[in-house]
Amino acid sequence: MRLLPFIASAIVTVSLVTVLNVQLPIGKSKTPKLGYFLSPQQGFWKNAEKINTNFDAQVLAKDLKGKVDVYMDDRLVPHIYAENDEDAYFVQGYLHAQFRLWQMDFQTRVAAGRLSEIAGADKLSIDKFFRRLGMVYGAEQTEQMINETNPVMKATVDAYTAGVNAYLKQLSPENIPFEYKLMNYQPEEWTPKKTYLFLMFMSYDLTGRSATADLQLTNTRDYLGFDLFDKLYTNQQDSLDPIIPRGTEFAAASIHPVAPTNADFSYLHKKDSTAMTANATEAPVAPDKNNGSNNWAVAGSKTKSGRPILCSDPHLGLNLPSLWYEVQITTPTHSTYGASFPGSPAVIIGFNDSLAWGVTNAGRDVLDYYELKFKDSTQNEYWYNGTWKATTKRTEIIKVKDSADVVEEIAMTHWGPAMYDAHYQNPQSKGRNLAVKWTAHEASTGVETFYQLNRAKNTEDYLKAIALWKCPGQNFVMATKTGDIAIKQQGSFVARWDRQGDFIMPGDDSSYDWQGLIPIDENPFIKNPERGFVSSANQKSVDASYPYYLGTASSFPLYRGISVNKQLAVMSNITAQDMQALQTNNYNVFAAMARPVLMKFVQTEALSADAKNMVNKMNQWDLYNHPTSEGITVFKIIWDSVENAVWGDELAGSPIPLTKPEAYVLVEQMIKDSNFSVADDIRTNNKIESLKEQVMLGIENATIKLLQLEKENKLSWSAFKATRVMHLTKTDALSRLNLPIGGGVNIINATTETHGPSWRMVVHLTDEIEAYGLYPGGQSGNPGSPYYDSFVDYWAAGKYYRLLFLSKEKLKANEHTKWHIQFSKA
Amino acid sequence: MKNNTFKIPVTILLSAIACFAIGIYGALPWWSFVVTNFIIALAIPQKPLVSFLTGALGVGAIWAGLATGIDMANNHLLSSKVAQILPLNGSYVLLIVITALIGFLLGGMASLTAAYLRKA
Repeated sequence: MRLLPFIASAIVTVSLVTVLNVQLPIGKSKTPKLGYFLSPQQGFWKNAEKINTNFDAQVLAKDLKGKVDVYMDDRLVPHIYAENDEDAYFVQGYLHAQFRLWQMDFQTRVAAGRLSEIAGADKLSIDKFFRRLGMVYGAEQTEQMINETNPVMKATVDAYTAGVNAYLKQLSPENIPFEYKLMNYQPEEWTPKKTYLFLMFMSYDLTGRSATADLQLTNTRDYLGFDLFDKLYTNQQDSLDPIIPRGTEFAAASIHPVAPTNADFSYLHKKDSTAMTANATEAPVAPDKNNGSNNWAVAGSKTKSGRPILCSDPHLGLNLPSLWYEVQITTPTHSTYGASFPGSPAVIIGFNDSLAWGVTNAGRDVLDYYELKFKDSTQNEYWYNGTWKATTKRTEIIKVKDSADVVEEIAMTHWGPAMYDAHYQNPQSKGRNLAVKWTAHEASTGVETFYQLNRAKNTEDYLKAIALWKCPGQNFVMATKTGDIAIKQQGSFVARWDRQGDFIMPGDDSSYDWQGLIPIDENPFIKNPERGFVSSANQKSVDASYPYYLGTASSFPLYRGISVNKQLAVMSNITAQDMQALQTNNYNVFAAMARPVLMKFVQTEALSADAKNMVNKMNQWDLYNHPTSEGITVFKIIWDSVENAVWGDELAGSPIPLTKPEAYVLVEQMIKDSNFSVADDIRTNNKIESLKEQVMLGIENATIKLLQLEKENKLSWSAFKATRVMHLTKTDALSRLNLPIGGGVNIINATTETHGPSWRMVVHLTDEIEAYGLYPGGQSGNPGSPYYDSFVDYWAAGKYYRLLFLSKEKLKANEHTKWHIQFSKA
Repeated sequence: MKNNTFKIPVTILLSAIACFAIGIYGALPWWSFVVTNFIIALAIPQKPLVSFLTGALGVGAIWAGLATGIDMANNHLLSSKVAQILPLNGSYVLLIVITALIGFLLGGMASLTAAYLRKA
């Protein structure tokens, strides 16, 4: 009787296959399909790339017009030589897909609010946030405008899209990127809309902080009352060294934004100081506060060679695969090298054979909330200028893995989409109906700015290219071989009255509307200034004589700009190596200002022995955030602790963490006024604490924490900070942790825990361009490739690669050139 | 085939070749070797235990061999990472063992099932 054993073993076999063919839950996450994942012919093993892989290849594609030669150097940087522009972008798309497919797909899914589709209902709040913010809406506006009015850009993005899809078409199922196998989903076709979604994501990353900050500031003001708020969150920055040097005259304003007559009462709530019980937490996602950058250019008068040098290092989240992908694109119309975005055609930060350019974030406020009053729950009408005005509806369908679709009906108003309403709230929005108005909702030809910069020959071309730029507002720095240097803050900027848009505005009154966008000619701009350099580091671009309000001061970090300008002012005979040293400089100008004022309030003899020790350590520190330095860790912990002692009481009554005042507020107060009234702990009724007492208390508190750190061997700056480059899925095993690197907030080398210089570039505009650069990642997005993180250690050490920017003949013969991919028409 | 001394290695070899060959087609499910093993074991009758071992060794050897070869050419770069995710304490050896074990078990069970079917 063998029937029973047959049935039994059949059941065991089928069960085994079944169990190994589904994602098993472990805790909150899920395993991959283990049988599939471990299969050496289909699973992750297929992604384990041979160390000595030969990247030579021949690719036939029907969408090509002619031949394209790609030479790969030993860092896996492709040098694309095409017979025409569209073929070049086709190949750029192909290579982006070959090396970064999963990342491109994932990042655009985030932007499109489509994470639930692959990760399940857990991600619904993130998806709803992006949908309701109007990310898809904005991308659609851009796509429609480019399709209708811009044939050159349409052809460019179409060629890029065709390139991505040509790669996808030949990609067999067993060779799809590692992360698809890990998370169990499939690649999908690229579309032009995905490129625009990716650019929307950059707009969000660089201007979207207002989406959270405006709510937090409103709640903080409601909690503290306007007067105290205005003291703690002051817009005054005494030590500001603006991008455009003080004293520069600005063009007369053509728009004179006027605050509505009831603004003091209805908007700023100056009379209304009733403390509300705030009840809020972070929005599901908020861009990193430190998203920013440095860039500068020095004129020939300050360099050893007599030619300008341009530097650019954008500070963004440090991720693997990196946001950046190096590429050279050479066609009969232009030859350009630099960092590109996988997901978009052309070079974003780079140089060509005539000039170099770089960007930093402008930080200007371009996103506002308006509070709506709907007539009823249908949201068909809202109150506006004394009548009921009709809404239109936008439907967003969110697909959810293993679950039913979620449908978001969003009321569209005069201001923009009703982001928060009865169907969507987070604790920060506190039950309000809020419409969001954002310059990123407007159709934008941002791609064309880069397209033109790639081809720009001179300052006029540069100005024409950036004139097309709308969002996110950037400081575009430029230097030419012929000796010009310039910087311009460009974007669609709102002509604001003082504090307009810092808080939620009334949505029933058109006098709170934007009163115009600042004309391009009135945007801050300077060319070949006397001091021989231009620079920006996200500080306010202009001093108070500029006729428009820029946005709340917390959006404009002060200290990096001071550092950069101080150093550049005294430097001369500059070389490219000097500029590398400046980009990786660890001097802490904030501590240099704060430490002496802090010490004014310290009575050393009254401190405990341990605290005395720590204060000594802080005072002996050389003010450089070197990786091995302990003094910076001590300073940081003490400073944070003093801030807590001073602000903590004012903010502690709130059940939610309110935004902490910026560091400069306390330093500048300490310099100005040693009897700062906010120092008093309002929780002690019968006693008025002085700043001195708060500082002493702060130091003693800090000492407890510092002794603990010392015990854990975490007092050195790099051990304390533990800088890491995280894989986009936040998986430790795919990330690089505990990098030995210095720097930090307020430091030119702006490397914090998970954030920092995401691409460092130095371009010396000699006849044969001498350029250096690297990013903390590698050209391959495949965790199974030796090129996955090949630049990380070099980057952490502050070293640079010489960038190969050569003609085809010279590159072919170069010792660093290793592989050749030939593309031709099928 | 009457000579059992040949029959065993031939079955192992057949099962290995079939597993490898069908595995080349990435569009087919990863467990396609279950079907090939089943067919082979139906065609070549053996005692259940022998059938299990021939099928298990055929697939197990292919999976172990492929994984080891790939891993060596990759300097254990990816396997070390996956062995942290799964989690196997970063041990690529353990990861290869588990990989081989899955092939071994499933391959064997497929052949065993066929052997029992013939006798049923």
